[in-house]
Amino acid sequence: MDLPLLSILIWLPIAAGVAVLVLGDRNIIAGRWLALAASVVTLVLAVPLWSHFDTGTAAFQFGELHRWIPAFHADYRLGVDGISLPLVALTAFMTVPVVIAGWRVIEKRPAQYFAAFLIMEGLMIGVFAALDSLLFYFFWEAMLIPMFLIIGIWGGPRRVYATLKFFLYTFLGSVFMLVALIYMYVKAGDYSIASFQSLPLTLVEQRWIFLAFLLAFAVKVPMWPVHTWLPDAHVEAPTGGSVILAAIMLKMGGYGFLRFSLPIAPDASRELDLLVIALSLVAVIYIGFVALVQQDMKKLIAYSSIAHMGFVTLGAFIVYAILTNTGGLQGAALGMDGAMVQMISHGLVSGALFLCVGVLYDRVHSREIAAYGGVVNTMPKFAVLMVLFCLANTGLPGTSGFVGEFLVILASFKASFWYALLAGTTLVLGAAYTLWLVKRVVFGPVANENVAHLKDLDGRESLVLGALAIAVLVIGVWPAPLLNVMEASVRHLVDQAVASKIPL
Amino acid sequence: MPFANPLTWANIAPAVGEMYLTFAVCAILMVDVFAGERRRGLTPTLTLVALVIGAALQLQFGAVRERVTLFDGMFVADELGQVLKLAGYLFLAVTLLYSRSYLESRNILRGEYYVLMLSALLGIFVVVSANSLLTVYIGVELLALSVYAIVAFDRENPIATESAIKYFVLSAMASGALLYGMSMIYGLTGTLELDAIGAHLASPMPLGVILGLVFIVVAIAFKLGVVPFHMWLPDVYQGAPTCVTLFVSTVPQIAYFSLVLRLLTHGLDGAMQAWSQMLIPLAVLTLVVGNIVAIVQTNLKRMLAYSTIGNVGFIVLGFITGTPAGYSAALYYTLVYVLMVLGSFGVILLASRTGFEADELEHYKGLYSRDPLLALIMLVLMFSTAGVPPFVGFWAKLRIFQELWATHHVWLVVIAAAASVIGVFYYLRVVKLMYFDAPAGELPATARSSVRWALGINALAVIALGVLPGPLLDLCARLFK
Repeated sequence: MDLPLLSILIWLPIAAGVAVLVLGDRNIIAGRWLALAASVVTLVLAVPLWSHFDTGTAAFQFGELHRWIPAFHADYRLGVDGISLPLVALTAFMTVPVVIAGWRVIEKRPAQYFAAFLIMEGLMIGVFAALDSLLFYFFWEAMLIPMFLIIGIWGGPRRVYATLKFFLYTFLGSVFMLVALIYMYVKAGDYSIASFQSLPLTLVEQRWIFLAFLLAFAVKVPMWPVHTWLPDAHVEAPTGGSVILAAIMLKMGGYGFLRFSLPIAPDASRELDLLVIALSLVAVIYIGFVALVQQDMKKLIAYSSIAHMGFVTLGAFIVYAILTNTGGLQGAALGMDGAMVQMISHGLVSGALFLCVGVLYDRVHSREIAAYGGVVNTMPKFAVLMVLFCLANTGLPGTSGFVGEFLVILASFKASFWYALLAGTTLVLGAAYTLWLVKRVVFGPVANENVAHLKDLDGRESLVLGALAIAVLVIGVWPAPLLNVMEASVRHLVDQAVASKIPL
Repeated sequence: MPFANPLTWANIAPAVGEMYLTFAVCAILMVDVFAGERRRGLTPTLTLVALVIGAALQLQFGAVRERVTLFDGMFVADELGQVLKLAGYLFLAVTLLYSRSYLESRNILRGEYYVLMLSALLGIFVVVSANSLLTVYIGVELLALSVYAIVAFDRENPIATESAIKYFVLSAMASGALLYGMSMIYGLTGTLELDAIGAHLASPMPLGVILGLVFIVVAIAFKLGVVPFHMWLPDVYQGAPTCVTLFVSTVPQIAYFSLVLRLLTHGLDGAMQAWSQMLIPLAVLTLVVGNIVAIVQTNLKRMLAYSTIGNVGFIVLGFITGTPAGYSAALYYTLVYVLMVLGSFGVILLASRTGFEADELEHYKGLYSRDPLLALIMLVLMFSTAGVPPFVGFWAKLRIFQELWATHHVWLVVIAAAASVIGVFYYLRVVKLMYFDAPAGELPATARSSVRWALGINALAVIALGVLPGPLLDLCARLFK
């Protein structure tokens, strides 16, 4: 394996995106096929990444190292471990349905649409594969530009407000992360994540660094109370934008906690873990209630995303409570495993749900729950898939949603009964808002003329949703391969997270 | 006193740029006089050729292995000066390239414009190479006088004339302050030579030096457009013909950078603590005022003026660090910033037509549907100026942050970070107008000239230097080793 696989995964979609842009709207047929080909090739190339991955080690694999900016020792350094590999794979996997879903639907400036998603795919893979924090930041910020345009150009009526809010929120958070990164660079002498992780830092330093990271990642996850950009962005974004936003972009926040906050500021993480746990529980419970009252399908799924991402942060930070409570690390890895599986699962499920809403929206041009009812009568195939994804969203055993939530709740029990009890309310709340959505939209008698004239899924839509359904079920009944890939890295991460970095 | 160095070519070769430009100004002035109305296009072409020749001469003869002083210590030649002069040639050439069709379409393509540009460049070169208070002053004045005239050269335009007068009056006061401060320094140290002033500065600093320093800092703040000495800047940017604004906002930045460098960090290096303390509140004010006031502007030129003020704040932050690494960050910021502003005003020039100035933000509504390429170029430039990767503007801000951290200016880091977040908003608004809004009414099509290629290359440079920032960063770091 001498191919620079990760570089190809990053730059191939970007190059293809630029090519689609150059082809322009006039050659959109060629452009579309090129976009599809590029996203499929990227997905195919992610397969050897998975199959050649050595699950026995926590070390970074498929490493690449080139001099980038010698002036301040920032290198073009790539690599994946068990934490980033599944996310890279998820990114490669989710871009294909987005391209297919936009095939006919996007009539306005289609070339830019496909180009934006391809370029974004490359940048997002770059975020997960970067082992140099400056390179990470480079991709992390660059990715905002295509998303800003996607929401702003193809979004709904309040798209300008939503996209500006999205950009400013995330930019604000990120700038302070950059400030923290630079601080560590000044101390460490280079920008590699590994040297930040081994850099001794006093508790005071760690606290500030932790808070700077928290600002950046909490906005991205998003955690309560900095979540307000997400419902707006989701509602206004076009279907593809919502899918990528929910499936991948939110995961960057979770990834940031795992890659930066815990290993770089372990003592501050231990000290402030209650803060993160509390915010996570607020997300799970309060946002769960908020989701219950939504009138707009996309908004409901957006709030559901926030609640589900609460599990990710809970699972990641529960490790300290387990340590103090049980005195051992048994079960600590469980929480992290749960967080990771939850991220992958939520990526698939929420992406699929947004695609489902997109299917309805393309036909009826409304996202209001009240505009539907009895969809099952006219769209039986669609109803099956939608119900499946909704059940996965509630965490039904046999679907991917179950694995992640179960692991996190299990870990919470080891930490504290109350955490587990509060986290467990999601089983009720999640079921309530999701199933109520299903009841109002899918079941019941045909509500109105629009619903009566609905056409069931065409081949293109069936293919997309079917593939996602298979992925959701496979991870649900057989999560072992995924857990296997993560195991060594998660153990290593737990060790890093509990080892003090305060210089003696 | 006999000359220590006889006037041989080897001894004066490093001053080739200044000598050549003096000659070129005279020659082109003559050619223009005799070319007459019919050969109007001769002067612009000739000026461009002159710049290319100048750059070649500079490369051939201007290079110096190490720092040398000429003309009894009045003049210094070093690698930094060499780079700045080459940058001056390049930036001016780009400016002239962008402005030609604008001048033609308004029927104001006159020789003075080009001659004055060259004499301004000569002034810039003199500042760059100054090693004596006197040389500094001569260079600054030559530059300033040329710029007043350029701002007013479209004499039919009352707004331009008004802003030229405003600029002249205020700038004359700044020049006075500069001269006054210099005289105090001279009186207390007994020397004009910048190399020698440092040695004569006693410690503890006499109060007179501090007082002189105050006047010098005020003058510098005025030239740079630092708040609260920034009043002239928005008016001049908005009032001057756009091709002049393009010049005023770009090429002289080299001189202003050198002015700070030669005067403060070299001559008055010993008083670093003092001037750095003076600059801190100015920089904070500049960052805050520039970025916040830019938000409420409705005129793009005026918005970019406040954006310049905000960005100057960052350059000043680089100097506040008081370290060579900080100065190199300021140099990098200056070069990068000029590159981006060249493009931004280039877009305004291209979007304008005969009888139509595309200077209101309104005019950029739906630019995408009228001219996708121009909108894309502007998008790149706006995101870059906002400091968003993968564009080069990000690295400029990063360098400043790095050096501020390295010198433990925690609060300045936080304020600069907050200011750059505020700044993002108004750059995004331009993108929003171009990409998200529908065109407002019928606006004339944008110019289809060969300048588009130059503008495209400008934007590509912003991207390329953003993805691979190494070489330029290395160059800037090396100049301050």
